[in-house]
Amino acid sequence: MQKQEFNLTVYTENQVGLLSRIAIIFSRRKINIESLNTSPSEIDSVHRFNIVITETEEVVRKVCRQIEKQVDVLKAYYNTNDEVVWQELALYKVPTEVIAQEVKVERLLSQYGARVVVIRKDYTVFSVTGHHEETDKMIKVLEPYGLIEFVRSARVAIIKSSEGFHRKLKQFEYFEPGSETAENEYLGQNEKVFSM
Amino acid sequence: MSTSVLDKQILDTPQTITQISGSEAVLKCLIDEKVEVIFGYPGGAIMPIYDALYGYGNQLEHILVRHEQGAIHAAQGFARASGKVGVVFATSGPGATNLVTGLADAMIDSTPLVCITGQVFAHLLGTDAFQETDVINITAPITKWNYQITDANEIATVLAKAFYIAGTGRPGPVVIDITKNAQVQKFDFTGYTKCKHIRSYRPKPIIRKEYVEAAAELINNAEKPLVIFGQGILLGKAEKEFDAFLIKSGLPAAWTIMGMSAIPTDHPNGVGMLGMHGNYGPNVLTNECDVLIAIGMRFDDRVTGRLDKYAKQAKVIHLDIDPSEIDKNVKTTVPVWGDCKETLPMLTELINKKSYPAWRAKFDEFAKQEESKVIYHEIHPTSNTLTMGEVIHQLNVLTENKAIYVTDVGQHQMVTCRYAQYTDSKSNITSGGLGTMGFALPAAIGAKYGAPDREVIAIIGDGGVQMTIQELGTIMQFKPNVKIIILNNNFLGMVRQWQELFHEHRYSFVDIQSPDYVKVADGYGIKGKSISKREDILPALKEMLAHPASYLLEVIVGKENNVFPMVPQGRGVAEVVLCKEELL
Repeated sequence: MQKQEFNLTVYTENQVGLLSRIAIIFSRRKINIESLNTSPSEIDSVHRFNIVITETEEVVRKVCRQIEKQVDVLKAYYNTNDEVVWQELALYKVPTEVIAQEVKVERLLSQYGARVVVIRKDYTVFSVTGHHEETDKMIKVLEPYGLIEFVRSARVAIIKSSEGFHRKLKQFEYFEPGSETAENEYLGQNEKVFSM
Repeated sequence: MSTSVLDKQILDTPQTITQISGSEAVLKCLIDEKVEVIFGYPGGAIMPIYDALYGYGNQLEHILVRHEQGAIHAAQGFARASGKVGVVFATSGPGATNLVTGLADAMIDSTPLVCITGQVFAHLLGTDAFQETDVINITAPITKWNYQITDANEIATVLAKAFYIAGTGRPGPVVIDITKNAQVQKFDFTGYTKCKHIRSYRPKPIIRKEYVEAAAELINNAEKPLVIFGQGILLGKAEKEFDAFLIKSGLPAAWTIMGMSAIPTDHPNGVGMLGMHGNYGPNVLTNECDVLIAIGMRFDDRVTGRLDKYAKQAKVIHLDIDPSEIDKNVKTTVPVWGDCKETLPMLTELINKKSYPAWRAKFDEFAKQEESKVIYHEIHPTSNTLTMGEVIHQLNVLTENKAIYVTDVGQHQMVTCRYAQYTDSKSNITSGGLGTMGFALPAAIGAKYGAPDREVIAIIGDGGVQMTIQELGTIMQFKPNVKIIILNNNFLGMVRQWQELFHEHRYSFVDIQSPDYVKVADGYGIKGKSISKREDILPALKEMLAHPASYLLEVIVGKENNVFPMVPQGRGVAEVVLCKEELL
């Protein structure tokens, strides 16, 4: 079986330590996580992970089932790139002076779908949303003009066949509301706490 | 009864009477969860819980072990013998890290445990405080679930979840790490409610009837079917359902070492043990059967040998409660997800009453060959040196197959599993998946607490016993009536066997020396005896069994005896060999 990129979509409880529990399922097999995005879904108590790995489908299926086996995981899916629509966000910081003089900004905006996020006297920040290759292209364009800093987000992906996900999630939360995440409230409060 | 410091505080300050400490809450939860016995070891970060325990001695029995690894193996033995959740207390740092081997063992052998570890104060987390270690992350891959409590208000709900998760579905170990501030914190304890549901956790997959029907059809049309079963039958408490299934179906059934004793070893459908040192017939015929019905087992590599030569001709039906086991190692034709206590009766209903005389005759034929080439010589040896097999054989006779055998890891384990005779369920307690040397002695202690009315016999090699020999101290102090047999071949026998067979006799660091075990036992106030002559076996075993307390019997066995049959590593199950000569 051929290795290819797979997109894992994992719905979880919002629990301290769960990220590491999921991450070790990959590291145990020495699988590199190429991209990982996690944030609350449309429901605050439910988090959604987007994980990208390159593996055979057989391995991905097994990994996916072992993720779903975790007590705090609600559901895990895997999809090929053909089965999802995805985007990454990239930010580019460039010196305003050089850009203003030497780069046709309107071309950047139209040809690469860039947006200007901030313009200051000393620097300008552009953003590009798209696939890896597209955000890569902008690096090439801006590098000769003194690119100062670049950052790219993890991939976020929507499953093409995700029939009724939102409705199901809302219903799920309605019938069984999630609990609040417990955090350590005592950090940095040494003086107030009794100690031996 | 003595009153604890915390009790005194409550008595002295009536205005706080509705409030209790986190520590006391932990104990109240355990009592409500009907926990009878805790295996543990105190230390700095769990002292408030031990302080509370001082006042609860009449409601919770606590067994003070000699090392935390001993505590967790004892809890495993307790869980395996009783079918209940084992409970462990350990302190932070080294106390918690000493649990790691046992957690990994319990994880791979699906043993339900709740381990409560103390932790440094919440405000000290991450500061490299004294005896601080990141228990949650260390234990994440070897626990079914773990959680750190930093506030006493979480205790009741988290402990309820812990017991529910540990004991339901495919069982496993759970670690609850409780910071010291949460243990001493006074709070309004509103009582303990057992957990019955967690929204993200499905202990039992939904049974798909169409798969049960498809499985029944495959079985009904099979000519040479074979059942292979594992611990799932025992964990699912489905012994009766399984027996009914076998009796109606007439299917021959072979067990993994973890599935052993789910049916009596002389069950009419039983054809023996699978795996590297399993029986000849079931190994060879796995590669001849037309339908392979795997129940509550996970196709461990010690069972399958080389996967690309494993049952390729067969259609595979896999009954398992854990969906991630389906297709993990062996491709399944029909997966039957679910608790076998529920799926087996459904299957029994749909299958035809049948028998397979010609197919069964094949197993008998292989059994005869194994009997004449291996078993007979193991049980009736002609050499002067003793064999492990003859000891187990005599033990079977004397205990009328009713004892619990707790084994360690190595040659003695394989020989015990091969020659043990059992009539009762939960009789074979061993470290299967992880192969943890040092498991047996503490596990036997726990097993005695889990099944106090049964004879518990630890059978251990001279290597393994020295790994946890300190637990003789636990036996000395708490006096569980555990019999200990050390099968001493003056070698790390299994490694030596491999070095002989596959490493050209290069015996690299396997000649392990033993202390005088009888003297060691005597030092702990345990009666002991050492024998090396054939005529002494029977009287010594009789004396051991008749002794009203613990007893240690060392049996000096042949130094270089090998365990056969054997599926050599990297070969298919059908390439199982009966003797060394066949290896060449």
